[in-house]
Amino acid sequence: MKLRVRIALAGNPNSGKTTLFNAMTGARQRVGNYPGVTVERREGLCRLDDVEIEVVDLPGTYSLTAYSLEERIARDAIVGGDIDVVVDVVDASNLDRNLYLTTQLLEIGKPMVLALNMSDMARAQGIEPDAARLSELLGAPVVETVGHRGEGVQKLLCEAVRLAQSPEAFRPPRIHYGQEFDAALETLSARLEALPSEARPPYPARWTALKLLEEDELVAGRVADRGLREDARRLAERLIAHAGDRVEALAADARYGFISGVCQKTLRQTPQLRHTVSDRIDAVVTHGLLGIPIFLLMMWMVFRFTFALGEPLMGGLEWLFERLGETVSGWWPEGSDSLLRSLLVDGVIGGVGGVITFVPNILLLFFAISLLEDSGYMARAAFVTDHLMRRIGLQGRSFIPMLLGFGCTVPGILATRTLEQGKTRLATILVLPLMSCGARLTIYMLLIPAFFPKHLYTRVLWLVYVAGIVAAIALARLLRSTLLRGENEPLVIELPPYRWPTLRGALVRMWNQAWLYLRKAGTIILGISIVLWALTTFPRKASFDRDYAAEAEAVRARYEAAASAVFADARSEDVRSDENFQERVHRIQKIRAQYDEDVIAAPLDEGHGDRVSARLARDARLAALRKGDPEQFDLAARYLDEAREPFEETMAALALARRTEQITHSWAGRIGRVLEPALRPLGFDWRIGTALIGAFAAKEVFVAQLGIVFSIGEESVATLRERLRTEYSVLTAISLLLFCLLSAPCMATIAATRQEAGGWRWAALQFFGLTAVAYLVSLGVYQIGGMWWR
Amino acid sequence: MNGASSNRMEEGRRLRHLSDVRVGEIVRFMGVEHGCALRMRLVAMGLTPGVPVRVMQRVPGGPCIVAVRGTRVALGRGMLDRIIVENAE
Ligand SMILES: Nc1nc2c(ncn2[C@@H]2O[C@H](COP(=O)(O)OP(=O)(O)OP(=O)(O)O)[C@@H](O)[C@H]2O)c(=O)[nH]1
Ligand SMILES: [Mg+2]
Repeated sequence: MKLRVRIALAGNPNSGKTTLFNAMTGARQRVGNYPGVTVERREGLCRLDDVEIEVVDLPGTYSLTAYSLEERIARDAIVGGDIDVVVDVVDASNLDRNLYLTTQLLEIGKPMVLALNMSDMARAQGIEPDAARLSELLGAPVVETVGHRGEGVQKLLCEAVRLAQSPEAFRPPRIHYGQEFDAALETLSARLEALPSEARPPYPARWTALKLLEEDELVAGRVADRGLREDARRLAERLIAHAGDRVEALAADARYGFISGVCQKTLRQTPQLRHTVSDRIDAVVTHGLLGIPIFLLMMWMVFRFTFALGEPLMGGLEWLFERLGETVSGWWPEGSDSLLRSLLVDGVIGGVGGVITFVPNILLLFFAISLLEDSGYMARAAFVTDHLMRRIGLQGRSFIPMLLGFGCTVPGILATRTLEQGKTRLATILVLPLMSCGARLTIYMLLIPAFFPKHLYTRVLWLVYVAGIVAAIALARLLRSTLLRGENEPLVIELPPYRWPTLRGALVRMWNQAWLYLRKAGTIILGISIVLWALTTFPRKASFDRDYAAEAEAVRARYEAAASAVFADARSEDVRSDENFQERVHRIQKIRAQYDEDVIAAPLDEGHGDRVSARLARDARLAALRKGDPEQFDLAARYLDEAREPFEETMAALALARRTEQITHSWAGRIGRVLEPALRPLGFDWRIGTALIGAFAAKEVFVAQLGIVFSIGEESVATLRERLRTEYSVLTAISLLLFCLLSAPCMATIAATRQEAGGWRWAALQFFGLTAVAYLVSLGVYQIGGMWWR
Repeated sequence: MNGASSNRMEEGRRLRHLSDVRVGEIVRFMGVEHGCALRMRLVAMGLTPGVPVRVMQRVPGGPCIVAVRGTRVALGRGMLDRIIVENAE
């Protein structure tokens, strides 16, 4: 008895293979209600009594030809692999079409179990197939399953294991292709079997013979015997001459003949072309005129949802990290120069914390996308956009990867596998990084509130996204009319029935994403943050240009003198340590801080009402406070104006000057200054330069690195924004936003492009091409904008 | 009008491209003009000679949705001009 059994899940796209895979192994692989969710083989483990079962999930395919990448992946796994049993996952509500792949699996002859999945849907439609009869006709065990509820999964595993223990129990029926065809198959398979085993391709003989007749190049390439290949070609030619059609088409006819026999005996009723609920929805959603407006509305809702819900959550996380930074930095005495403190507060909390703050938005975006995926709308979107996408040289199917690209570019690039290999797919991959990913969102969420008034946040953010889309359109057109000129494959995509998305599914997807993201934050981003922290910290400056300690001493002395002067005028010095007085000082400070915050959030132009009303509000609150005890209030205000506030400002300026001196001296400062001449014309300084280098590793690092160069770890995002606002102009911010949107994609994207486009050539083109575009656009914006800005 | 020419017209009406079929009409799929990879893909999706097809939706000048065997398939414009169908009686 075998203790290890390998089974593979094969079947049509969207038949529920991954759902069953997850139910068997407890994995959480991505499922979605559109064809082509899974594009790679995935393995998992489960156990049935003593037997360990290795389960392989495959991309869905309609057949097993050598024409497309997914079909080859699936075929190689089934034919070439060490699979014991193939589980053919069939959509029971659409049996005859699904059986086409089944017949091809029968031809291969691997022991097979049929999973009649979606049997709930079939039952609802009244087209329940007769499982027992089907099992008889196919010579294979048949199990009814409902994937998302896990029904029938145990039984399916039992049957698979049983078949693996006694493969001889599998007796596939022979499909008859016609007399002459069958004879040719016999001849060829006999010849193949006669070959010495090392000269024989590692496939079943009859299947190899069939593929030779079908002129399948991949299989023919594995047959070393030239004479045999020649004979096969001659036989094929004879068949073609006789039947007047290609061998592939003859075989397909025979398979469908077999299938209609099976369906007649197992289905009480054949599916009708009648209208269903899905069709009624489609009548509106895919309507020639309404389709595009509905599509745009959907996209708008996805992004509105993300940002409307994301903002409060983000505020919460920001607050949390501020507190954490304060707590950790409180472990050291004030003004301490400890390296460890700097590493923890500036490097780790400032870096990783700054990045994690933006997680809610990314997760919500994935949540919204997964609702779209589960509902079945994705395939419709591909249909609706096909016409427009074609104008720029792409096609409707390019849309799904591009939408995924708003979450993260890498899965987007992988999803292009559902497009045929070719120039359309290449163009899609190359422009995909322009769909602004979640990681870049962290950059916008940092910069936009720093430089734009609150009522413009959403609009600016929209503009950035739209700018990316416009750039993608322009570049796709450019590529398709120059480097990648060529025919555009026509659209073919199955539209699955609409289904209510489940909250659970969307939450699982979100959780997966959160986990991935936190792992990334905990590894790559943490690592790079620490490296960048080290680059900004070392080499340490031993002797500074100014004597900061002495200056600080002097400032403190001045403060004491000023404070004494204030209190000397008061009735007694005691009032200074009076709790009541302290409280008052504190409250005035709070009111003033609130005003500063309101002003930051308020529109930039001075005359705008928001600023005026903020000032009025402040004055009113101060007046109310003064009423309680005017004398004490005036003293407190004077103390703040003449002693406390000037002191705090000077101390902060001193600390800043010291940090700047240190950072300028560090490696990062030196690298940044080497880059500065190239970045100046875009409005960037060396600090932005180092952050951009970090962004290449992972876009989120940009935020982390700015946090580190401005060393605001303990004070978090809001303070960083304030600093940025004082350091840079709005024009620099716009230039920077565009640069981050367009420039060099991150390392993971480059690697994915190399793998999927098949070569460093394309990855390099993407990297340098996009960076060049970004440079030119930012240069143009900054230079031209600079001419009439001031 | 003589019999022979009206017969030819009959024939002309019987075979046409899928791009000429109105929404809601049911026709029989006959085949694809040139392009064998494409043809095999359609076969695998259930579009075999003789199978009834219903046009469900069409974007003017763009793709259309057809119902074939229990499913709905979207077919691009480039394909509609190459797919030949026959009137279902
Ligand atoms: N009603 C019903 N829905 C199911 C069943 N099994 C799976 N689904 C749903 O069908 C859709 C497709 O499921 P997947 O598991 O992604 O299908 P797949 O075969 O892996 O698809 P590809 O990876 O694209 O080949 C999902 O929305 C599932 O929730 C079932 O038994 N009944
Ligand atoms: Mg899958």
